[in-house]
Parts: sequence; structure tokens; C-alpha cells
Amino acid sequence: MQRSVVMANALLPLVLTDVSFAIRGHTIIDGVSVEIDAGPRTVILGPNGAGKSVLMRLCHGLLQPTSGTIRWLGSRNGKRRQQAMVFQRPVMLRRSARANIAYGLALAGVGALERRLRAMDVLEAVGLAQVADKPARVLSGGEQQRLALARAWALGPEVLFLDEPTANLDPGATREVESLIGQIHAGGTKIIMTTHNLGQARRLGDEILFINAGRLAERAPVVEFFTQPASAEAAAFIKGELPWQ
Amino acid sequence: MNDIATAWTTALALIGGLDPQLTAIVALSMKVSLAAVALAAMVGLPLGAMLAVGRFPGRQSTVVVMNALMGLPPVVVGLVVYLLLSRAGPLGELGMLFTPGAMVMAQTILVAPIMAALSRQALEDAWREYEEQLRSLGAGPLRSALTLLWDSRFSLITIVLAGFGRAAAEVGAVMIVGGNIDGVTRVMTTTIALETSKGDLPLALGLGIILVGIVLGVNALAQLVKDAALRRYG
Repeated sequence: MQRSVVMANALLPLVLTDVSFAIRGHTIIDGVSVEIDAGPRTVILGPNGAGKSVLMRLCHGLLQPTSGTIRWLGSRNGKRRQQAMVFQRPVMLRRSARANIAYGLALAGVGALERRLRAMDVLEAVGLAQVADKPARVLSGGEQQRLALARAWALGPEVLFLDEPTANLDPGATREVESLIGQIHAGGTKIIMTTHNLGQARRLGDEILFINAGRLAERAPVVEFFTQPASAEAAAFIKGELPWQ
Repeated sequence: MNDIATAWTTALALIGGLDPQLTAIVALSMKVSLAAVALAAMVGLPLGAMLAVGRFPGRQSTVVVMNALMGLPPVVVGLVVYLLLSRAGPLGELGMLFTPGAMVMAQTILVAPIMAALSRQALEDAWREYEEQLRSLGAGPLRSALTLLWDSRFSLITIVLAGFGRAAAEVGAVMIVGGNIDGVTRVMTTTIALETSKGDLPLALGLGIILVGIVLGVNALAQLVKDAALRRYG
């Protein structure tokens, strides 16, 4: 996909300072401070209910922290435009696959002709060109998630957030989605994704942010994290999943 | 018993023969109710979308009022519009009382809250699914509302037709503001009421059959459209 060339990352690093998030008195994120830099694929790993998705929504700007600050140092206002997010369950608009992509581009202020070209380009890149005119909602789960990736990719984001992007997919579709994430990363887009799947974290991650009970328990390069986890929680989490691998 | 049998035969003959008096009444009914539904949809559906998407002070109470207005008694709407349009009323200068325009106005007031309340409900469900995705793509409240309206178009058809059913079937409001003037403001429901009390059953029965037929037909159509759309668009 040549058309959405990603420019040098002008948004990162993303700096979280003592970020907490509570809802109805229940603390979900508890004092997270971290700096996320351009380059490596960052995987936010942790058990279900650890607060991974909430942390990601805070970073993306869908939620506001109860306390602490989230700043994009590369940009004065951390524009939403330059980042995109793919959700666990893709939300497809009731229109064609192509129109779903054009919709996102229209919101980003892309002109009509350019929308058409980019939509076809990106559909081809994710292998959905043959179903471009099919209603998006009748596509299979795997196709829908690839379409969701395409919709985000078409925007040429500097940062792409992915929230458990393969949690609802079968192994074949998971492989396709993972390979696309690799391609998007290769194009220069910073990948930040959550998963609770250790295999996926190993395959797709360069660095791991391990979240447990709303706190950042550990941050490490992926090899180091899996071979010699520094925190007891991480060690237990890795071990806990080993027997089922 | 015989009277009723005769009434049925005559009624069917009136329909079959496209009796001019009957067709004129049916035509006026359709014109008034369709106009009212079009106007009510223009007000009610955007209002419903705004209530589904927007978060503003007074939203909750507006929702409660809209829900309550769904059960508005037609005669009360008729009375209020009558007071507005009567010579001494604030809109008396328009000279609209006892015209089809007044009937359109009354039915619009009757139907718009129904559309607003029902569409608010349907769109709020859709919004729960769409909200994060649309906000992530950078859609503001206005854009989100328009997207929801378009994406829920097939559910909204049902809501619009429910409004049409209500408008076409009500008698109290149009009776008061239209005055049931022969050839001017006489519609199906008011004619049925009048002819029945006069004992002229065939015309009342003929109109009744048509009215039920229209309501049935409209609902069948709504179902067909919705099913076809669901199969096609998922």
C-alpha cells in the first residue's frame, strides 16, 4: 500500500504521568507512569480485568484520566487524527466494505476522489478487494476484523492501537490479522496492542508492558520478559499459562 | 342481521365501484396523514437522534416528556390546536381552523413525539454499539447522529409507519380542528364516526374496511422492507 505513506513519527513519545482512572469509586488504573517511544511494537499484556483495555482507551483519548496526565510530546495537542484504534469486536457500518473505509477517510477530511483510490488500495492490501461492494455486516468475522484494520490503516496513522484484535477469531483469521499488523508496523506505524495471549505477545511484541490489577507491574523487552521476568506477578502469569500452551 | 349483510354488500360495492365520495374521503385522509407523518419525521427523527447521542442538561427530562407524550390523547391535541387556531388564538390570523392544514398540524403534533421517543430508543441501542468506534474516527455529535440515522434506516421505517398508523387511525384531533365538513375536511375516521351515528352503515363499513386494509398493508410492507434489508445488509 504505497498511498498512505507514514511520515516520520511526529506524535510520539507518549508520556503517561501517574495516570489513574476510577469509575464509581472503583479504581481500574492505579498510578501508571510510562513513556512509550516510536519504533518497537508495544504489547500491553495482562490477565483479563487487569485494565489493559481501559489503559488503551485512556491513551487513545476515548476516556479521560481521573488523575495524572497523558501527553503526546511530539505534538502540541496530541491529535486524534494521527492515531487510530481497532477494537476487539469490529463495528461495521451498515454499508459496503469500501464505504466503511471511505467513511473514516471522510471524517479525516480526505477528498472524495482520493477516498475512492485509497479505499481500493487498502482493500487490496488486506485481501478484500473482491468483496469491496459487499455489505460489511455480511462478511465473516475474520474479514470484518481485516476490514477494521484496513479502515484504520487507510488513515495512515502514526500510532495504531489494537485492543485484543484477534480475541474473537479462529486460528486462520488470527494468522491473517497478525501478518497484517506486521505489515502495518513495517510501514512505519507505531503498534500498541493489548492481548492476554502469551503466544501472540511473543510473536508480535518487541516490548511488553505487563499490567496487573491496574498497575504497571513490569516493562521489558519481549525476550527478557519471557525468559527472566523481574516481577513475581509476571512470572506467575507466564507460568499459569504454560500448561495449556 | 339482514341490515348488516346488506351493509357489507353495499360497502363492497362502494369499494369495487370506486364510489367518488368514498375515494375523495380516502384521498384526503391519505394526504393529511402522509403530510403529517412527513413533517413529524423531519422533527421527530432528528430529535430522537439528538437525544440518543447528545449529553446535555435537561436530556433526561426531555426523554421522560417525550415518552409521556406518546400517550397524548388525540382530543386534547385537537383542543390545543383548536385554541391556537381559533380566531382569538395566537395563530388565529392564519385562518387555518377547519382546513386540512389544521388537521395536518394536529396530527403532526400527535405523531412527532411518538417518532422521537421510539427512534431515541432504537438509536440509543445502536449508539451503544457505535459510540467508541465513531469517536475514535473523530465523529462529532452531529455527524454521529446523522450516521446513526442512516445506519438505522430500516428500523426507522417501522417507526415512521407506526406513526402513520397512529395518524391515519385517530379521530379526535381531526374531528375538532377539521370540523368534519363534507367535501372539505371529512376523512375516513370522522366519516365513520358520523355515518355510524346516523345509521348509514354501508359507507362507514366500506371506509372501515379500507382503513384496516391500509394499516395492514402498510405494516406488511414495513415487515417486508425490514426483512429484505436485514438479509441484504446484515
